[in-house]
Amino acid sequence: MIELTIDKKKVRVEPGTTILKAARQVGVEIPTLCHFELCDMGIENKPGGCRICVVEVEGRRNLQPSCITEVQEGMVIKTHNVRVLNARTTVLKLIISDHPFDCLVCAKSGECELQSLATQFGIRSLPYEGEQSHYRKDTSPSIIRDVDKCIMCRRCEMMCNDVQTVGALAAVNRGFMSVVAPAFEMNLVDSPCTYCGQCVSVCPTGALTEVDHTNDIIRALSDPTKTVVVQTAPAVRAALGEEFGLPPGALVTGKMTAALRELGFDYVFDTDFSADLTIMEEGTELLQRIRRHLAGDSTVRLPILTSCCPGWVNFFEHNFPDLLDVPSTAKSPQQMFGAIAKSWFAEKIGVDRKDLVVVSIMPCLAKKYECQRDEFKTDGNPDVDFSISTRELAAFIKQANIDFLNLPDEDFDDPMGESTGAGVIFGNTGGVIEAACRTAYELHTGRSLEKVDFHALRGMEGIRSATVDFDGLQLNIGIAHGLGNARKLLDEVRAGTSQYHAIEIMACPGGCIGGGGQPYHHGHSEILAQRAAALYTEDERKTIRKSHQNPSIVRLYDEFLGHPGSQKAHNLLHTEYFPKSNEVSIHLNGHNGQ
Amino acid sequence: MSQKLNIAPEVFAYMEHVTGTDGVAVRVNLSKEKIEKINQICNSFNNDAGELINVLHETQHAFGYLPAEVQDVIAHNLHLSVAQVYAVVTFYSFFSMIPKGEHPISICTGTACYVRGAEKVLEEFKKELQLKVGETSADGKFSINCLRCVGACGLAPVVLVGEKVYGRVSPDGVKAIIGEYKK
Repeated sequence: MIELTIDKKKVRVEPGTTILKAARQVGVEIPTLCHFELCDMGIENKPGGCRICVVEVEGRRNLQPSCITEVQEGMVIKTHNVRVLNARTTVLKLIISDHPFDCLVCAKSGECELQSLATQFGIRSLPYEGEQSHYRKDTSPSIIRDVDKCIMCRRCEMMCNDVQTVGALAAVNRGFMSVVAPAFEMNLVDSPCTYCGQCVSVCPTGALTEVDHTNDIIRALSDPTKTVVVQTAPAVRAALGEEFGLPPGALVTGKMTAALRELGFDYVFDTDFSADLTIMEEGTELLQRIRRHLAGDSTVRLPILTSCCPGWVNFFEHNFPDLLDVPSTAKSPQQMFGAIAKSWFAEKIGVDRKDLVVVSIMPCLAKKYECQRDEFKTDGNPDVDFSISTRELAAFIKQANIDFLNLPDEDFDDPMGESTGAGVIFGNTGGVIEAACRTAYELHTGRSLEKVDFHALRGMEGIRSATVDFDGLQLNIGIAHGLGNARKLLDEVRAGTSQYHAIEIMACPGGCIGGGGQPYHHGHSEILAQRAAALYTEDERKTIRKSHQNPSIVRLYDEFLGHPGSQKAHNLLHTEYFPKSNEVSIHLNGHNGQ
Repeated sequence: MSQKLNIAPEVFAYMEHVTGTDGVAVRVNLSKEKIEKINQICNSFNNDAGELINVLHETQHAFGYLPAEVQDVIAHNLHLSVAQVYAVVTFYSFFSMIPKGEHPISICTGTACYVRGAEKVLEEFKKELQLKVGETSADGKFSINCLRCVGACGLAPVVLVGEKVYGRVSPDGVKAIIGEYKK
């Protein structure tokens, strides 16, 4: 152990600890900007670049960046003397001097860490006048890059390369000209970007934000010729409350439903319903593949991979185009919902699909891209018209001056609002495969599953595995969250060494509860754990916890689809995947001006 | 095609030059032999991502420059993203995405050469060839680059044309040097 003194307080820490972390142990919170961590997941960004966290170390000539300077025996550190505060203020002013002054119209206003620091340091004027760096804006279906607001903290680069292994972003060029950009400064749409949105979720400023569709939805809601239905993904209800000051993990399902009705949606439905539907189709496919495998069919592809996550789908289309027959062909719950809403439900209420607008509230930015994919359109009309994030919904509710906290709890509408506990846990890493197990067990054994909680499948480790016993049939299950972890399991599949029958993959750390469209967690990984716990609580509260027992799902198959895997189900609920090249191609005409 | 990219104007102009028309993907078709050569270089550094700069040096030495496709192959071999390779290529001014001229002219602007008038020599080369630093002439014969110290400070200011070293170059002597290669 190493003993040192920080602001006159003695502290003993392990060798290798940084000054920043040692200070936290004695309650000294040193301000940071580029530094970022999700400590429960071993994710840390510390390029030591911004110099906001400098401290004075006795005997050293220069101030030291506390986020990367390791402690030494007998160090005497001052974290807030005049010299330190002056240096921090100067650094902050220099950073701001190359940052646009458009806080009033910035999507990140109120959540911006640079803005918070400026407030904390009481910056009232800037002594530095001069050139500011300018770069073209880059808009993709999900994410907007406005690198004029970039402070080169490199958090997105760390997320994109180290955690997600997507490799779409890196800091290119030098000095004043340096920006975070894809290779050859192509646009995001031409890059291997999966739209997972993890770069957005860690960006301290407004340099990376989501494409906002709120106005499109307002327009649809005010059009008397349109019937507007909305679906809400499982993870939204566990996080939306944070935007209104509720503690992380507060479940706001009832208030969210009331708010959506208040906003003017004609039908408030639940993506949990189509999560149950996904289990019917994916679970059936899982059982079919395993039974064929057991019967000696060597052509069957195992393991089967879940396909609910559009970031993950983009990732394997880019990086594993040779394995496109491995994932389940089942569409994601968002798209299943859209397909059923614009067929079964539209017929039921006698509305033409063109006059039915389907909106989804998602914890996800890749969903924005997913609903625009050509294969999810009929005659150019998309199954899901607009997908907005949890953050956008919160902003919409605030904009409509709805007193969210005092809303009564309301229920979803019938028939597509009915869901089970299995649908709810789709938002957590491990949740999809647990839901699938609950149903597949009963379909396989024909017996009722008494203990529905598969605790072995839960948790926050990046890669987990468990063996589930289906009365003698031992199913090896793999689970990965974060695309870097997914890549490891996929490499095994490619090499033919994978031991699994089924693998669940979610692109975002923690699963959808940590999605790129969720309220900003600012590195507090405990928030993710609290959201996950909330979904398990909601699951426990449900009377029905197995997808195949959802009465609306039973009705849907009786009235419309026939049985899981039927021709009609295939047409509406299954999809195909397309190889995407990761090769270099620079499309110069794609560059729109400033 | 308007210049909206914040990349070096000369890179952009080159891309425009290669593509001919707006919007055609910039592609250098790498032959099997060339890919094999890059693989060889990467292999000689054990495909170690930490050796990226050395790999880029060797590759540029072999090819004269580092077009996008070459970076793609290197990224693949070293298990890096192309964005990360491009990041390093654009960070160091020594690396170039533009092919050098048949006779690449390098003017040393290191401290010793600088104080002995390298700046004026450089200006003269730019004026004579109508090129900026980093550019290649339209006929592909000449390109101009600056470098920092070749270890011949006693001969300052120093100019390299290809591998040949010219010492104590004065602005008046520039024409004669170019003349040697114009034939």
